[in-house]
Amino acid sequence: MTQRMTAARPPGEPRRVAYLYLLPAFAVYAAFLLYPIGRAVQISLYDWDGLSLGRWVGLDNYAAIVADEGLRAAFGHALVLIVFFAVGPLVIGLGLAAILNHAKVRGLGFFRTVVFLPQVVAMVVVAVAWRRVYAPDGTLNTLLGALGLDSLTRGWLGDYTFALPAVGVVGTWFETGLVTVLLLAGMSRIPGELYEAARLDGAGAVREFFAVTLPSVRGEIAVALTLTVIAALRTFDLVYITTRGGPGDSTSVPSYEVYHRAFGLGQVGSAAAIGVTLTVVIFVISFGINRFADRRIA
Amino acid sequence: MTPPMRLAVLAAGVLVLTSCAPGSSAPPTPTSAPPSAVRTDAAALGNVTLTVWDQEVRGGQAAQMKQLNDAFQAKYPNIKLNRVSRSFDDLNTTLRLALSGNEPPDVVEANNGRSSMGAFVKAGQLRPLDAYADVYGWKRRYPESVLRYSRYSADGKLFGEGNLYGLPQVGEVVGVFYNRAKLTKLGLQPPKTWADFETSLATAKAGGEVPLQLGNLDKWPAIHVFGTVQSRHVPPDQIGTLGFGRKGATWNTPENTATAEQLVGWVDKGYFAKGFNGQGYDPAWQAFGKGQGVFMIAGTWLLADLQKALGDDLGFMLPPGVTADAPPVATGGTGLPFAITAKSPNPDAAAAYINFITSADAMKVLTATGNLPVAETGQQSVAKGPQQDVFTAFGTVTAKNGLVPYLDYATPTFADTLGAALQDLLAEKATPQEFLATLEKDYKTFAESNG
Repeated sequence: MTQRMTAARPPGEPRRVAYLYLLPAFAVYAAFLLYPIGRAVQISLYDWDGLSLGRWVGLDNYAAIVADEGLRAAFGHALVLIVFFAVGPLVIGLGLAAILNHAKVRGLGFFRTVVFLPQVVAMVVVAVAWRRVYAPDGTLNTLLGALGLDSLTRGWLGDYTFALPAVGVVGTWFETGLVTVLLLAGMSRIPGELYEAARLDGAGAVREFFAVTLPSVRGEIAVALTLTVIAALRTFDLVYITTRGGPGDSTSVPSYEVYHRAFGLGQVGSAAAIGVTLTVVIFVISFGINRFADRRIA
Repeated sequence: MTPPMRLAVLAAGVLVLTSCAPGSSAPPTPTSAPPSAVRTDAAALGNVTLTVWDQEVRGGQAAQMKQLNDAFQAKYPNIKLNRVSRSFDDLNTTLRLALSGNEPPDVVEANNGRSSMGAFVKAGQLRPLDAYADVYGWKRRYPESVLRYSRYSADGKLFGEGNLYGLPQVGEVVGVFYNRAKLTKLGLQPPKTWADFETSLATAKAGGEVPLQLGNLDKWPAIHVFGTVQSRHVPPDQIGTLGFGRKGATWNTPENTATAEQLVGWVDKGYFAKGFNGQGYDPAWQAFGKGQGVFMIAGTWLLADLQKALGDDLGFMLPPGVTADAPPVATGGTGLPFAITAKSPNPDAAAAYINFITSADAMKVLTATGNLPVAETGQQSVAKGPQQDVFTAFGTVTAKNGLVPYLDYATPTFADTLGAALQDLLAEKATPQEFLATLEKDYKTFAESNG
């Protein structure tokens, strides 16, 4: 009977035993990912200082996030950072990659390495370096002074208008290399015949870019956007080192608030609630990006 | 099972796994041992191992700790020290977890503020030291204006009074560093009164110098400047009430307004270094060390580094009073106090250790290693120059009980509120009235909820 049932199953159909094979990986995944997430969700429902007994408050922590003007601003800043971390690098990266791929420059490997270099350096080091660049007596102001643009010099990270863009530009500098290298890999896979065909049809370089190159790297664009958007939303080290959320609260971001509330203020429940909210936001946005990319491919 | 159902089952499973409330293993509140039960003869305590968590990792701090620990080991071979040393930031972030465990360290350096020591007291994780303070005579040797930074009520709500939970080794005070050479060049003497100080700032500005060095990118440095100016305008007891976050005071007073207005006036007159809100704290004092700046309002912790840079050109003084003979008042406090954990099985040995590293002999070791001892400061012999300036300043202000608390102690969130509000005020994004309203809101909310 058993034998006949097994035999009746077409080969390659899922079998229950498959779950057994999944078990080891699932155990690790559950212990180090699902359990902490579950615990964070649970803590976010308590008013807890990290030391004494927590008090059940239901969704109060989440309600407080929505009500807190400062936190809403922090999420707003994270969205601004997306422009600098994801959109900027994508535009620059597409241009750079198209040129590098097209021109068949000598020493391509060298340029690729140079462009990618920021990614290799730890973000903390990057932040310390840029803090010096932006200082009132730093490189940027020296440069502006040398160009006779003294009127533009300022303490960039202490300026209410320019602090957030200044932090964002560091992100652009950091992420452009990653995006460029990803796109370059995608572009190198495009068969030369496509370009030939386009050229026979009388397409110029610009037309060629939009008709052939761009559609062919849609997958890479989706990957690049996912990675950079996540990086933008969870920015912590950069803000922690450069501005600590200042001046005023003009560069505060949600991840910094998570750290600050949990370790600085002892509001662990509230910190967990922000963390969970941030996770949901990141999940929704990356899901959206991937849906978008998939649909256009299909 | 359909995928959504599977997800639901999974989520339920995870919640079951994690269902006990966070913090449900918290310890009960300890009671202070009566003085008769306290044993002070450390040599008779038998073989004991003490685990000590400190943050004395840098230069002179590390040197004094090592020297004192070695001396303690030599004197009491029956007590074995297990020293765990971490940087300030590391200690602060890991202490919470360590204290809530079942075998916490015996002696820990716990930061004074509400979110550290206050939270630990509230959770019943620290032992009141009053019984030990009585038998070892700590209350006699330490001025009350110093001890109160380690005092909390047993429920952790009141700060600055109640039980004693820790004992510090070193002191610190915020005052005015000045560059002697620059003063001479400008034809100035160290100011005797607050009005003198303002005149000197104007002279320095007219002489093409940076009158007052400041780097406020890190948000907190301006708190020390504000506190210093405030204690010229506001009576010390009011600052105490505000600073310890107790009921019964208000930020909306003419004196506090005058403080904020004076600071804004200094910004308008260009007394602060250019772009100060965008300059880091470290680059700022390093610039002062390189001769950029005639004055700098900062804490004594910069002494060693600045002395290295400026040598005997460096001077330090308490902020001058409104009149030349006004009693000294300055923002100040202590290094991190050493506390005993409630779960420590060897509180007597722990107290003997704390007594040893804060004894009169220890104060001499602290002086010799370049630290500022918190007790008997005036009696230490140090070389003439900036170090003596600092010792005299701290000795004078503690002898007159003139220390007022750091304003960021007030509420768990006050460091941020005040730091951000001061950046707003100094950038003139907020008026003095708006600035004080922001502070008042944080203070009132906390003071009322704290009961």
